[in-house]
Amino acid sequence: MKRTDAKKPKSAGGMHVRRSVFAYPYVVWMAVFIVAPMLLILYYAFTGDGGLTAGNILQAANWDNMRVLLDSVRFALYTTVLCLLLGYPVAYLLSQMKKATAALLSVFFIVPMWMNFLLRTYAWKVLLGAFSNMLYTESAVLLGMVYNFLPFMILPIYTTLIKLDRSYIEAAADLGANPTKTFLKVVLPLSMPGIISGITMVFIPSTTTFAISQLLGGGKTMLYGDLIYMKFITEQSWNAGSALSVILLVFVLISMTFMKKAERTTGDEGGGRLW
Amino acid sequence: MVTRLKKFFSGTYLGLMLVFLYAPILILIVFSFNQSKTLGNWTGFTFDWYAQLFRTPEITDALVVTLSVAAISSVVATVLGTLAAIGLHAMKRRDKLLLENISQLPMVNPDLVTGISLMLLFLFVGLKDGYTRLLIAHITFNLPYVIFSVLPKLRQSSDMLYEAALDLGCTPMQAIQKVVIPDIMPGIVSGLIMAFTLSLDDFVISFFAGNGVDNLSMYIYASARRGVNPALSTIIFVPVVTLLLIVNLKSIREERNAELQSSKVGMKR
Repeated sequence: MKRTDAKKPKSAGGMHVRRSVFAYPYVVWMAVFIVAPMLLILYYAFTGDGGLTAGNILQAANWDNMRVLLDSVRFALYTTVLCLLLGYPVAYLLSQMKKATAALLSVFFIVPMWMNFLLRTYAWKVLLGAFSNMLYTESAVLLGMVYNFLPFMILPIYTTLIKLDRSYIEAAADLGANPTKTFLKVVLPLSMPGIISGITMVFIPSTTTFAISQLLGGGKTMLYGDLIYMKFITEQSWNAGSALSVILLVFVLISMTFMKKAERTTGDEGGGRLW
Repeated sequence: MVTRLKKFFSGTYLGLMLVFLYAPILILIVFSFNQSKTLGNWTGFTFDWYAQLFRTPEITDALVVTLSVAAISSVVATVLGTLAAIGLHAMKRRDKLLLENISQLPMVNPDLVTGISLMLLFLFVGLKDGYTRLLIAHITFNLPYVIFSVLPKLRQSSDMLYEAALDLGCTPMQAIQKVVIPDIMPGIVSGLIMAFTLSLDDFVISFFAGNGVDNLSMYIYASARRGVNPALSTIIFVPVVTLLLIVNLKSIREERNAELQSSKVGMKR
């Protein structure tokens, strides 16, 4: 014991240097395929014909584009609220069941996450086209978004709820709280971390969704993702597209900071991350 | 009485939600056996759609691309990512934090931005081959998921094991192979599975980063307007559900056994 202790500083230091070598191939990969592409976006967003400029960003932040962003946020909010309203009861009911039954049933709620999301969206397109006149309306886009993101709301809430210590609920009942009160004052607050990570998993991706609005909205509902697509692919205007992407990134980072803050105040471990 | 009513309502609600989640796929599957081209108009049973599926080169090509890109990219990402996690874990706190945060970028970034940024890079360096582009893109977005499913396992296991292996005469490579890797195997496997499924499912990043070589999602997107062969939904749905059920039923059975065991122990006490 003593011997290893005395040896430790030197040898451990030497080993650590050697072991970190294993990360080098990845670091190179990351530099080329994560960092460099992001720098390219920044480059196109902040340069014009004459050199460095903020013009692209200012131009991209025009009223029409911002209205599209607001529309996307509105859609994402509706989606998040609907997913929460539909998904929380599912998670709650599952968590109340016997462990083995809940485990099996929860698989069925999570399976759709593993199925090609484009095919599932396409299935709705066919269905709505054949049996309703809803296709190519805003409601169809909303339906498709709720449908796609619902499992992402159920899963984190369910995992929080099954970890919840039952004795809290029993204690609340023993102290005279009725089931409604127990739910509102004990279960709901304790499931907040799950709710918040569910909101994060639904709100942010649904702000930037791209294919759903094209398939179910038929191009009539323009969301921010469609706008970026248009700039890059249809108009081949990389500066404008990159500027829009940068605005989107800033928006996502701001929303994430809010979510992280909410997470921390509800007592979930944040763990030294920047975002 | 009240509990029964409650049970009835909760059962109905869960049932309705499952119908919502599965109905579109199941209806597509039912109508993949229908002779008529239009949905909702049953004219007779047929396997024609399936025969046609395998005669459509765009679909079979897309299937091959999807599966091979998923297999290759998930394996490469798992190897690179596991090594990266081992390296990151041994780094100084400051370097580790910086690298971990950069690694999270593809998870935080909207898929759209990741896809476009890769597209810009590929255009910038003049990489034209669509398949290579897909592979690189998929490895890139799979990597963080592998790293962040391996890192927690490394934190749980003790560094002493690695050092003990060195003290007992292992080279660092041997120590990693024989001691560290077996210890973090569950994290590696779940990272691999996650990477594989993410790759199977990806559309947005492939759509922007790719070039001419389509995976299934891209094929579906491109042919959504003129209609996709409904047999495709069966081909995708049935294997996924079967696989997931097999994997989960096994763990559920183990869990139930463990529950029984613990209740027996409890009774003894």
